[in-house]
Amino acid sequence: MINNSLKQLGDMLQAKKISSVELTQAFMARISQYNPSINAYISLNEDKTFTQAKAADAQIAAGNITPLTGIPFAQKDIFCAKGWPTTCGSKMLENFIAPYDAHIISQFDAVGAVNLGKTNMDEFAMGSSNETSYFGGVKNPWSFDRVPGGSSGGSAAAVAARLCAAATGTDTGGSIRQPASLCGLTGLKPTYGVVSRFGMIAFASSLDQAGPMAKSAEDCALMMNVMAGFDERDSTSLNRAKEDYTKDLNKPYLNKPLTGLKVGLPKEFFAEGLDASVGKVIETAIAEYKKLGAEIVEISLPNTGLSIPVYYVLAPAEASSNLSRYDGVRYGHRAAEYTDLMDMYNKSRAEGFGAEVKRRILIGTYVLSAGYYDAYYLKAQQIRRLIAQDFTEAFKKCDVIMGPAAPSTAFKAGEKVDDPVAMYLQDIYTISTNLAGLPGMSLPAGFAQSDDGKALPVGLQIIGNYFDEARMLNVAHQYQQVTDWHVQTPDLSLLEGKA
Amino acid sequence: MEWEVVIGLETHTQLQTNTKIFSGAAIKYGAEPNTQACEVSIALPGVLPVLNKQAVHCAIKFGLAIHAEIAPRSVFARKNYFYPDLPKGYQISQFELPVVGKGAVTIQVPAVGKNAAYEKVINITRAHLEEDAGKSVHGAVEGMSGIDLNRAGTPLLEIVTEPDMRSAAEAVAYAKQLHELVQWIGICDGNMQEGSFRCDVNVSVRPKGTEKLGTRREIKNLNSFKFMQQAIEYETRWQIETLEDGGTIHQATVLFNPDTGETRAMRSKEEANDYRYFPDPDLLPLVITEADKALVLAEMPELPAAMKARFEAQYSLSAYDASALTTSRELADYFVAAVDAGADAKQAANWAMGSVSAKLNSEDKPISASPVSALQLAQLLKRISDNTISNNAAKQVFDAMWNAEGDAERDVDAIIAAKGLKQESDSGAIEAIIDEVLAANAAMVEEFKAGKEKAFNALVGQAMKASKGKANPAQVNDILKKKLTA
Repeated sequence: MINNSLKQLGDMLQAKKISSVELTQAFMARISQYNPSINAYISLNEDKTFTQAKAADAQIAAGNITPLTGIPFAQKDIFCAKGWPTTCGSKMLENFIAPYDAHIISQFDAVGAVNLGKTNMDEFAMGSSNETSYFGGVKNPWSFDRVPGGSSGGSAAAVAARLCAAATGTDTGGSIRQPASLCGLTGLKPTYGVVSRFGMIAFASSLDQAGPMAKSAEDCALMMNVMAGFDERDSTSLNRAKEDYTKDLNKPYLNKPLTGLKVGLPKEFFAEGLDASVGKVIETAIAEYKKLGAEIVEISLPNTGLSIPVYYVLAPAEASSNLSRYDGVRYGHRAAEYTDLMDMYNKSRAEGFGAEVKRRILIGTYVLSAGYYDAYYLKAQQIRRLIAQDFTEAFKKCDVIMGPAAPSTAFKAGEKVDDPVAMYLQDIYTISTNLAGLPGMSLPAGFAQSDDGKALPVGLQIIGNYFDEARMLNVAHQYQQVTDWHVQTPDLSLLEGKA
Repeated sequence: MEWEVVIGLETHTQLQTNTKIFSGAAIKYGAEPNTQACEVSIALPGVLPVLNKQAVHCAIKFGLAIHAEIAPRSVFARKNYFYPDLPKGYQISQFELPVVGKGAVTIQVPAVGKNAAYEKVINITRAHLEEDAGKSVHGAVEGMSGIDLNRAGTPLLEIVTEPDMRSAAEAVAYAKQLHELVQWIGICDGNMQEGSFRCDVNVSVRPKGTEKLGTRREIKNLNSFKFMQQAIEYETRWQIETLEDGGTIHQATVLFNPDTGETRAMRSKEEANDYRYFPDPDLLPLVITEADKALVLAEMPELPAAMKARFEAQYSLSAYDASALTTSRELADYFVAAVDAGADAKQAANWAMGSVSAKLNSEDKPISASPVSALQLAQLLKRISDNTISNNAAKQVFDAMWNAEGDAERDVDAIIAAKGLKQESDSGAIEAIIDEVLAANAAMVEEFKAGKEKAFNALVGQAMKASKGKANPAQVNDILKKKLTA
């Protein structure tokens, strides 16, 4: 049951072979067993969860089932969910109970999906290892001394360890795709504006985008059908006709599944900085695509190298402003003692934010300051446009772009935590799509052997043109029809009993 | 040395919308603290701003009214600073690209002493949309400060002038003109007590004849025209005296104290503020098309200048009368309603600007609260025109109407009858009275015939007196003249 696809679970629920309560119990049992050591969830609430499961069963009994009705999902703790603690991985919001629902939470609720709990994450989504979370790191289910990636590390670990049927994530610079790669999942960051940001705690507003983290492209497509869509409460939400993301999953291309598909390989994604073992897995995956009929074209994204510096000007700039509301005045952490208003601000923020968040607030404040704005913020915005143009040029030559999602497999906890630049480089292949607003996804493409002999998942990244999610899901789904990397599961036996 | 004062104004006008500028929260003044503060007003994690189209509509309307450039694309920016009543830690405003660009307002500066009244064009630099902050409440709880976020997110249009004004009188005339205009076009209720219309005044002085602007000080939050006049006059004197005493003016924000009549610099670290403006990534650039403008233009009421010209042509009013009647839309509407109900235009103008305005002023009432409606005034004026009552009698009737309780007691004819004010227009009766007067005042008649014109007026007075004031004065004149020259 825990390994079934969303489609299979939906069919079983509809056929009444299982109930939502039974399914929820199965995941809850695993959560009780494994979460204490994996730490994928920050908050659980059995009452709320089972109330939803029972309601879903009633809905199904009434014959009112939709594809995700009764299926238990994990929600990243960045989404406000009414009555749930919503911490964003920060001490600042440790005691914040959201009084309203984020758009995607109400979307899942509306179809009768079940919320299993809120997943761990890097503080305010700032990190690539889940190690900046105030609520502790998360173990990578494939290798317990390694990180799951970040910032959606809790969601990634929860899906990989089968502590939920699927999960939501958010991706500002790679926070869905890099953990998906490190944990062997299929994760999709949609085109900016496709999923409403309402109720999703802002990190960098012009880059943040929510998306599904699941076991397969098909699962992602089903979740996208629920998550995507216009929401007038988000001014950057795009008013497009509702799309069925499953419609092209099995679309045949001429005589072979993907005949005629032009796959662009950016030479910058295969240059220095890429682990050889990861590169090999990606090459094998590309070869598989050739077999499926794809045509390989070499392309260039010349400004890729600038994406990290540009991102680390723009994202902190927006974050420094977005995080100003956490001042201890109305909600969130307030220092126990202070002498005056300024002291209250200083102490509350000094105590409430972790080191990485502070680092980015400082960078962001600096680059927006009088005298530096033109040299940093404005210049970065100009380069951002150049990066987007690189993709526009590239998509004249190909239908999708492929490459690694992350430069390495999962690294050991503590390994990069004191080296911010090494940590930032984890997102070298993902950040440019956020800057351009393009959709990107990661799907399991095989395993690479670590120094200590562990087989660690490697993710293949697919980048599509704007609104090309359905095509990307088709391209990923066809690959998953002829490979089984996505159905591999980690061995948790060593964790058992450790709770 | 002769000095010249240079003044520019920044005016925050609260726009008349149903809801806040970036959320659906209501904006009723005077509600219980924090009862009009939704998730967005409180700036909960995850909330997003959505621009209120009504506020944009108001901005376009203002831009069109002052013949300004309306930006086809303007940008909302974040002004970052920490303050407890600023829930997001930034204010959403417009910085580099405001919605309304350069425009102009023509003001009428009234005569002062021996200086005649004159017209002047004040150039508008820009007007931009922004949100208001909340309020800190001190003293509600002992030893604590409270925050009321009802006002947070209220839509404002900040209107900025060029430093075009050269006296307190000009500044006040501009402020009054603007105050009237924003109400005229229906974008602001103009309530200065409730803070719907707040002026910041930048004042500097320079030796007359020089070009270079002096260092300015900004007088914040003036909420009455009287205070504005006093504050500018005090500030100007203070700056001139400071400079003449060899001192220097430092840029500062000052507050006006109405009790002392003085301005004083605020203790603040304002000079160190760096607001780190940058485009708000949560909001798309505001795009205004020609079609949007046409839509607003279609709803635009006739503007004061056009109405003034029309009044002169249509009702044969003097430029002065037409101008005075169009200082307020309500006054103009009152006048037109009276004329439409049959009153003579010139008379209606005189009464609206005279008796009606005087009574309203003395009782501090808006014209909408006038006990005598335009319709009722028209009834009264018709009785003057048809010679039922004299002008003087009409004033008595008007007073009675003003003080009456309820419309039933405001019946013009009933009041005339009750007070016995009906004018005697029966020429036979008047003739009889005149005959008596002539007989009783033979000496005066002789004087008149000897060429003393004054004696004629004395005889009219006697006749009026004999009729107890009811005789139609014009008829008395005519008949008397006939009899004396016969």
